Amino acid sequence: MSDLEIDIKKTDIILAGLNHKTAPIELRERIAFSQEDILRALDVLGNQPAINEITVISTCNRVEALMVVQDKVEAVENVKQFSSELKNVPVSIFDESFYVHIGDEAVRHIFRVASSLDSMMIGEPQILGQVKAAYLTSTQKKTSGVILNRLMHRAFFVAKRIRTETGIGDHAVSISYAAIELCKKIFGSLTDKKALLAGAGEMAELAVEHLIRNKAGDIIVANRTFERGLELAGRFNGYAIKFDEITEYLKTVDIVISSTGAQNFIITRDQVKSVMRIRKNRPLFFIDIAVPRDIDPEINRLNNAYVYDIDNLQDVISENIEDRNRESVKGDRIVDEAVINFRKWCESLKAVPTIVALRKKFDAIAEAEIKKTFKSLNKLSADEKNAINIMINSLINKILHDPTIFLKRNGFMGDSAKYIDITKKLFNLN
Amino acid sequence: MNIVILFTILFYLFGTAGYFAYLFLQKNYMQKWGFFFISAGFLCNCLIICFGYIKSGWFPAQNLRETLFIAGWAVSGIFIILHHKFNLRILGIYAAPLVFAVIMAASLIPDSGGAIKDISNSFWLISHILVILSGDAALAMACGAGVFYLIQEHAIKTKKRGFFFKRLPSLELLDSTGYFCIVLGFTFITIGLITGLVYAKVVWGRFWGWDPKEVWSVITWFLYAALLHQRLTVGWRGRKAAIMAIIGFAAVLFTFFGVNFILGGHHEEFTKW
Repeated sequence: MSDLEIDIKKTDIILAGLNHKTAPIELRERIAFSQEDILRALDVLGNQPAINEITVISTCNRVEALMVVQDKVEAVENVKQFSSELKNVPVSIFDESFYVHIGDEAVRHIFRVASSLDSMMIGEPQILGQVKAAYLTSTQKKTSGVILNRLMHRAFFVAKRIRTETGIGDHAVSISYAAIELCKKIFGSLTDKKALLAGAGEMAELAVEHLIRNKAGDIIVANRTFERGLELAGRFNGYAIKFDEITEYLKTVDIVISSTGAQNFIITRDQVKSVMRIRKNRPLFFIDIAVPRDIDPEINRLNNAYVYDIDNLQDVISENIEDRNRESVKGDRIVDEAVINFRKWCESLKAVPTIVALRKKFDAIAEAEIKKTFKSLNKLSADEKNAINIMINSLINKILHDPTIFLKRNGFMGDSAKYIDITKKLFNLN
Repeated sequence: MNIVILFTILFYLFGTAGYFAYLFLQKNYMQKWGFFFISAGFLCNCLIICFGYIKSGWFPAQNLRETLFIAGWAVSGIFIILHHKFNLRILGIYAAPLVFAVIMAASLIPDSGGAIKDISNSFWLISHILVILSGDAALAMACGAGVFYLIQEHAIKTKKRGFFFKRLPSLELLDSTGYFCIVLGFTFITIGLITGLVYAKVVWGRFWGWDPKEVWSVITWFLYAALLHQRLTVGWRGRKAAIMAIIGFAAVLFTFFGVNFILGGHHEEFTKW
């Protein structure tokens, strides 16, 4: 309790920093803190008289300091000054991108950050881990205290709740992942499904990696230059074939990922039509990432053959992003609720100094009265004196029990300031 | 008896509500409740049949009312089996209202009592009825899986993902569930036809009498036989199989109801009121 006595009334939660919404990438990369920078920041800023508690979060999209401060203006100045000196960037350059949230707004902001509502790609899952790591660093450096501990744990809780209760993390928002999701809608499990990679390219290779992660079967690589094919096949633990063997392999593979530089279709409708009979109509899914396209879109009209080109996948993604944005509204509702609850907790903390003062006043009165009484009753033994002391103590405890509970609980019902004020006046505390 | 029927209807109704809530809100506990209620309804449905047997002393399939109670029992029974085998939750959207409608219809039909013959407790007749109706129930499920397959395939082919895309499972699961149902249903109706033939021989002294129901049963049997043959030889799967499952079930329905209402024949009294 004594820690909290240090003028909790005067402290504020503030969050200061910049993110992808306010600062361009050129600026963010100049300001971004490395892990060493963060450790240094906690050392230096944590020792400033204006700052009680501090956590520093730095990702590629944001650098933010979350603080419990004695003096808002001075604390913000400290942060700016420190960043400017550490990164060798004049304050004037980032001042415009720099935002400061105070009180509820700071709480809301950190909740939204942890829940990925403030991310560039809403719902991306990495941010929660990054926030947790930042908090862990500050606990190791002992720069987080009662308020930040509570706040961060609430933030993790809110993030988890939003992830399970809303759909902000559902559905793919990258081309390669959207393709894999479609694979799953066609094949169910991807276990032992064979894939043919025609050509090469970042997105196509990423899709193959997703397939491997889903325990897909053989990966077959066809490339115009056989050496390149061999190299890729080696990476995916598959095998390389000649480019003109593709038709033959269409008989056995389930998924074709195509990303060649060919000017014309490399797989035509007639090719696939004849193959489908041999395949006994087992489904065949073509993912065409190439521009110009590699796969004849007419193939999509054949039974049990499916073709998605890059535009189709892009449409899927845009729809998914819209879904996530819709879901983020629900997320914000959960955040609002959590902000209110946190405010109530903070207010209940504000009752603590009053309770302490009240207790002190009673103790002082009791002590003075006991002194007087003992003077007149000087024949009392030590045991008897002790018994009287214990009795007085428990008397005070019993008397103060209900008012204490009332003052603490009242924080959760609002209007605590009024009752704290009345209590102070009633008992002449100050 | 009436209270048991009421509870059966209520359980199936709650099951339907659970599955529809699941369809729209996608909360897992909803389909769990749905499944729980369907299972409870199934048990009550068993009781209806048992009480019917005890009350009359005959296997209760003497009129359309009693036959429909058995049909509902078979549908929910097959659905419970499928649920455990494939965990295809969304099928409840189809099965729950279906079984509710069947039992509701049964309860609305007045209990007229058929002309009971002392042959009605024959082993061949009872197994004929139970097996045929279970087969029909499995084929009904195949039809449902087929409908879902067509919806999902349409969404993937046209690249317009609507309400159902994320709610329906993979094409592969829908196709294999449908296939399993057809194999199961086909096996049952084959056994059912054989027991029916034996029964006819016992009662009428002949295996085959060109009765309309007999004829239509065989037509239905050939439809499914063709579907299975095509699947095994040239791989009729996916869309074609789904469409065939729906056509096949239409034939089943006609054999079950249509023949009695339109064409008459010696099954009349069992399914007429």
